[in-house]
Amino acid sequence: MSTQQQEPETDAEPEPESQETPTDQEMSGLSSPQQKRLQRKHEGAAERERAAAEDDLEGDTVHLKVFRFDPEVEGKQEPRFDDFHVPFERGMTVLDAVIYARDEFDSSLTFRHSCRQAICGSDAFFVNGRQRLGCKTQISELDQPVRVEPLPHQEVVKDLVVDMDHFYDQMHSVEPYFQQEDLPDGELEEQRQTRENREKVKMSTRCIWCGACMSSCNIAAGDNDYLGPAAINKAYRFAMDEREDEEIKEHRLRIVEQEHGVWRCQTQFSCTEVCPKDIPLTEHIQELKREAVKKNLKFW
Amino acid sequence: MYEHDVIVVGAGGAGLRAAIGAHEAGADVAMVTKLHPVRSHTGAAEGGINAALREGDDWELHAYDTMKGSDYLGDAPAIETLAQDAPEDTITLEHWGMPFSREDDGTVSQRPFGGLSFPRTTYAGAETGHHLLHTMYEQVVKRGIQVYDEWYVMNLAVTDEPDPNDRTCHGVVAYDVQSGAVEGFKANKGVILATGGPGQAFDHTTNAVSCTGDGNAMAYRAGVPMEDMEFVQFHPTTLPSTGVLISEGVRGEGGILYNEGGERFMFEHGYANNDGELASRDVVSRAELTEVNEGRGIEDEYVHLDMRHLGSERILDRLENILHLAEDFEGVDGLVEPMPVKPGQHYEMGGIETDENGATCIDGLYAAGECACVSVHGANRLGGNALPELIVFGKRAGRHAAGDDLGEAEIETGYSEGVEEEDMELPITPGEAGIAETGATETDDVAADGSGQLSDPEGVLERTVTEERERVEYLMEKDDGIQHAEIRAKLQKAMTEDVNVFRTEAGLKRALQAIRECREAYRDVYVDDPSRTFNTDLQMTIETRNLIDVAETITLGALVRNEFRGAHWRQENQERDDENWLKHTLVSWNGGKPSIWYRPVILEGEDKTYEPKVRSY
Ligand SMILES: Cc1cc2nc3c(=O)[nH]c(=O)nc-3n(C[C@H](O)[C@H](O)[C@H](O)COP(=O)(O)OP(=O)(O)OC[C@H]3O[C@@H](n4cnc5c(N)ncnc54)[C@H](O)[C@@H]3O)c2cc1C
Ligand code: SF4
Ligand code: FES
Repeated sequence: MSTQQQEPETDAEPEPESQETPTDQEMSGLSSPQQKRLQRKHEGAAERERAAAEDDLEGDTVHLKVFRFDPEVEGKQEPRFDDFHVPFERGMTVLDAVIYARDEFDSSLTFRHSCRQAICGSDAFFVNGRQRLGCKTQISELDQPVRVEPLPHQEVVKDLVVDMDHFYDQMHSVEPYFQQEDLPDGELEEQRQTRENREKVKMSTRCIWCGACMSSCNIAAGDNDYLGPAAINKAYRFAMDEREDEEIKEHRLRIVEQEHGVWRCQTQFSCTEVCPKDIPLTEHIQELKREAVKKNLKFW
Repeated sequence: MYEHDVIVVGAGGAGLRAAIGAHEAGADVAMVTKLHPVRSHTGAAEGGINAALREGDDWELHAYDTMKGSDYLGDAPAIETLAQDAPEDTITLEHWGMPFSREDDGTVSQRPFGGLSFPRTTYAGAETGHHLLHTMYEQVVKRGIQVYDEWYVMNLAVTDEPDPNDRTCHGVVAYDVQSGAVEGFKANKGVILATGGPGQAFDHTTNAVSCTGDGNAMAYRAGVPMEDMEFVQFHPTTLPSTGVLISEGVRGEGGILYNEGGERFMFEHGYANNDGELASRDVVSRAELTEVNEGRGIEDEYVHLDMRHLGSERILDRLENILHLAEDFEGVDGLVEPMPVKPGQHYEMGGIETDENGATCIDGLYAAGECACVSVHGANRLGGNALPELIVFGKRAGRHAAGDDLGEAEIETGYSEGVEEEDMELPITPGEAGIAETGATETDDVAADGSGQLSDPEGVLERTVTEERERVEYLMEKDDGIQHAEIRAKLQKAMTEDVNVFRTEAGLKRALQAIRECREAYRDVYVDDPSRTFNTDLQMTIETRNLIDVAETITLGALVRNEFRGAHWRQENQERDDENWLKHTLVSWNGGKPSIWYRPVILEGEDKTYEPKVRSY
């Protein structure tokens, strides 16, 4: 069974294919410290709103509507939503709330989670119509009832658990490993890398394989072979790393500009918007397109 | 049944490095892991990897710092191996593409860290563990190493000779979380446990939900002693509401701790007049709790960690992810206000007793990483010393299991006649003694007269598979009773209350009593979820059993060790007692009737003997 039918009402109208240099701020990335600072200030305001919302919720319960499905258990074979009323606590996240519901009300409520700090990438859910990490989403920022569903466009294994195999296959298909064989001689000699170059790949190395981007992408939903934003970003991470030779870079560009690669992207930004690690995915995809053009590689 | 030369249980930093090591040595190696590798908790490590890479530094200084940090309870052969191998193994990571932070000349950066005499902590932003984990997973993919992910290892297939030193491990039994199938994994050359820490024994911890000490508990019940379990590190700077860790890097860069009155208490109250905020973790943790206990804490709970004076540019450059953590999990903007912090359970120094090649006293059974105790960290781990331990000893265990000759180990393992035994009278009977057998308990009694012993590998594996299938059936078929969440919560609360940074005899006895009650309650545990598909209820029920065993070893060790050493503090004797306690605490399961014994620490290094000195910072 799949959650295709639960797509949010987004303006899914595909935009005309565009390869122009973006002018959008998202596209150019929020790279300068000032911009980041501004963004943070803005978030600070959200922070205060949250604090106010928390005061409102204090002593209240949170109403959760959680998607349930189990292929072998009677009554759960037809997908349904269960309601849980969880006592609110200051700082409570969506993950805290579903843990409470599981431990206090229904031990069969099933979801992946581990680190509780947005680093293991286990708990990307579809919360109130958007892909989010459960552990990084404050309940007080959400409208109630809070709908918690598995990631759309993936097979549901049970409740909030989806099959990640396809996502992993796509990640593996871009040869996601350093391939430089020609290394410095001395036993303790490292390869040199400029600070600028490290800075360039920095954001791309932050991916935690949560799958939120892939799930949000309309193209990936329609083309099962599309590499998807995370895998392309992984390819970017290596293609832009100056420690690998030019030849390897070309090989990498060939991989991403294949039929189901970068040219599929229609710059809808959904991936960039949902990425919990703020990776400028669309920008990375665009940059790979430009590199491929520059290298005069054949494209589809 | 699945079959490989080497089976690695766990795919965090230690497991991945072990698998690569075994593969390099030519073995057919597979990893069996309850989480997909990139979900492992190694990804949460922020600060860095200690390695003597630069002019002016050398492995001997690293070894000296580590020995001093361990409060003279680390074994010199282990510490020296760590310090000697770390530089090359760290550079290997760079050669595999790990995105380390860089200097202007393009070389990898290092920074100062608590307890180090040289800035030798090699780092990749404030996400060193994430990059280490992903870089090594990439290499596992590159090498085509087989990974069975979301397979939960339930038990080890070990022969049942009366003396654990005579036993052999032939594989593991695991259940496929997705389908519920219980299957055997035969290991022709060796099994390497790399299951990480047991932080979930406590309720305020920096450890992940998956850190349940499974490897420790399985090895313990199979006959391997647990070493120095009382040494639990509490990290001084965790966020009060979640336990999320604020890296030592903040203090390394110059962050300052203040109490409610705005005093820089590390200096002003004389906890560490030289090193201040950079003193080792136990010193800082106790200082903070003392401040709170004496009424100088904020909201009677925490202190402030301030980094504003470093300036936003430096903070954004070096500590950016700290800003995110404080914002997302505590709602605080570290650029404009100080961050609230308090101590939380962080790292288990003790673990499965191994030698410097990762081998345990059971033939074919190895351990590496946080679940193991080589022992490098002794009574207290220095920040930045766990990640090098993963790669150094992970690699060694992998290669040794695959058959590489690493030379004779200097560290002894396993109980032997003539060791010093502890005969303290305990307030309860530990272990399973006196608890009526139910299907839910392990059936690993040792045939006393040696009859009925199985030694052929397939037979041992099949028997274990059958036992584990029965255990699952029993738990699934039982219709009512008590649920794991209730038992786990009680256990965690008892541990946090009484086996914390301040320990008293009465408190520890209380904790043992509570653990006993948890064990008894566990006889009545049942799994409510009837499904075979992704049954996390079943998995957590089994994990809870493991936590009970691990918590008990921690508390037993803490009760018998009546001294103050490293992370272990006792109210009744607030001095380090070198005369009586320069020795490791070992707890053996003994088929359900645990016993405690000791082994002297090894202070003789390759070419010098480490003289215990007062540890002042
Ligand atoms: C927040 C934080 C920050 C840290 N920062 C630093 C630092 O800066 N420097 C440093 O040196 N150290 C640091 N440490 C310590 C260090 O990160 C850990 O000790 C180390 O990562 C543990 O690695 P591991 O490979 O032993 O275990 P983990 O990474 O926890 O991996 C355990 C593996 O075992 C598997 N597993 C467990 N049980 C089973 C089972 N029953 N069946 C199958 N698989 C199983 C899991 O799936 C997982 O793959 C930090 C720790 C934390 C928590
Ligand atoms: S790119 Fe972002 S959204 Fe996509 S898998 Fe990685 S972390 Fe998740
Ligand atoms: S629980 Fe690890 S990312 Fe949320």
